[in-house]
Amino acid sequence: MNVVAVVAPPPVPLGLMDVLQVTLLVLVGAGATAVALIRSPPRQVIALSAYGLLLALLFLVFQAPDVTLSELCIGAVALPILLLLALAKVRRREE
Amino acid sequence: MQVFPFIVVAWVLAVGLYGIVTSRHLIHQIVCLIVVQSSTYVLLLGIGYRRGAVAPYFSDIPVHTPAVDPVVQALALTDVVVEAAVTALLLSFAIQAHKRFGTLDPHELVQLKG
Amino acid sequence: MTAAQRRWLFLAGAAGFAAFYLWGLTGLPGFGNYPGPYGDIINRIAVAQTNATGVVSAVNFEYRGFDTVGEEYILFIAVIGVSTVLRQLRGEREREARDEAVGRRVPPTSDAVRLLSLVLIGPTLVMGWFLASHAQTSPSGGFQGGVVLATSFILLYLAGEFLLFERVSPIDITDAVEAVGAGGFAAIGITAVGLGLAYLTNFLPLGSTPGAVSSSGTIALISFFVGLEVGAAFVLIVSELLEQTLLLRHRS
Repeated sequence: MNVVAVVAPPPVPLGLMDVLQVTLLVLVGAGATAVALIRSPPRQVIALSAYGLLLALLFLVFQAPDVTLSELCIGAVALPILLLLALAKVRRREE
Repeated sequence: MQVFPFIVVAWVLAVGLYGIVTSRHLIHQIVCLIVVQSSTYVLLLGIGYRRGAVAPYFSDIPVHTPAVDPVVQALALTDVVVEAAVTALLLSFAIQAHKRFGTLDPHELVQLKG
Repeated sequence: MTAAQRRWLFLAGAAGFAAFYLWGLTGLPGFGNYPGPYGDIINRIAVAQTNATGVVSAVNFEYRGFDTVGEEYILFIAVIGVSTVLRQLRGEREREARDEAVGRRVPPTSDAVRLLSLVLIGPTLVMGWFLASHAQTSPSGGFQGGVVLATSFILLYLAGEFLLFERVSPIDITDAVEAVGAGGFAAIGITAVGLGLAYLTNFLPLGSTPGAVSSSGTIALISFFVGLEVGAAFVLIVSELLEQTLLLRHRS
């Protein structure tokens, strides 16, 4: 099959997309620091949910809507539910 | 801007690993593992990105529009879902460890014999 | 090894890793200068070859279908692991689900949470089915659709209570649905072998219009089964954890 190499697009001037990407990258770095350095697991779970939302926005700005959908449902809904249920189970034993 | 996303990836990885190494609670460690895994998604998508390109969906744009790499998106997509299931498995281990030994502190868990 | 020693060891290792990583970064083509060639080739030929306009799903279920089977089975085995590890141990008894509220000072779920969850169950369910069945068109696919489907069941638990959740998605039926999903994917691949082609070859008619719901052959079918499996897997995991939290009690 005869495949023609794609022509590289002309260089795009620094625009809104780059500003968005840099901002979200910085926020993701800060969010990861917050999630890792919070010591109390219940608070960490809330921070993880917000971090999942930030990650989803970052993936959207990286032109990946599929990954955004998955990360949104997993990082902001499914993972916090699993973690909170596990924490509830563990805490009940300590009562 | 040339390497800034990859530096953020390294930072997230390092911070997550630091959280795991200095942790005193199994569930805190599991959440830090989630953070470490998320850095790999950012790395994958950062590699496939092309400036000025669109998402690789051609239902309304002509096929020859420059688009980002779809292969790394497919990898990251299945990664995200599988990570959640593996986290669930780790959590069930933590629950049973707590039932068995009464503690979730990794330092104490090492010293207890069965 | 004390905590401080461990911390210093980690920092030393991190410094070494950072040095190597930065050295490796200098050889990369830089962010935004994706050199290709495979991504570009696939973008070029995917729509013509598979009649699917969602190239990511085409990669997932067609070009890279064998890897996706593997990943789906990772999910399947993780759920088996969760069910096995959280089984009823010796010394535990399963309480009657009915006396859950006796003697516990449980704050009732706030009305805002219940109303919002109730309102969102329907749209989430529809969205999940839409995503799982339209893999070949817009950004959708089995994995995302399955997760959104599972989210609608979680909303059911939030809006009501555990007993309702248990009645709507009993573990036996969810088990069966998950098995159908996982087995269906493998069965589609084996059907291709039965027809004399390689495993997971796209053997169904491709349809005429790229991006229609009936086009792209096995991609849509596989995505449907994957959606079933992923949704059932997450519902199972949440059911197991809920059962652990609410039902199992240590015999004391």
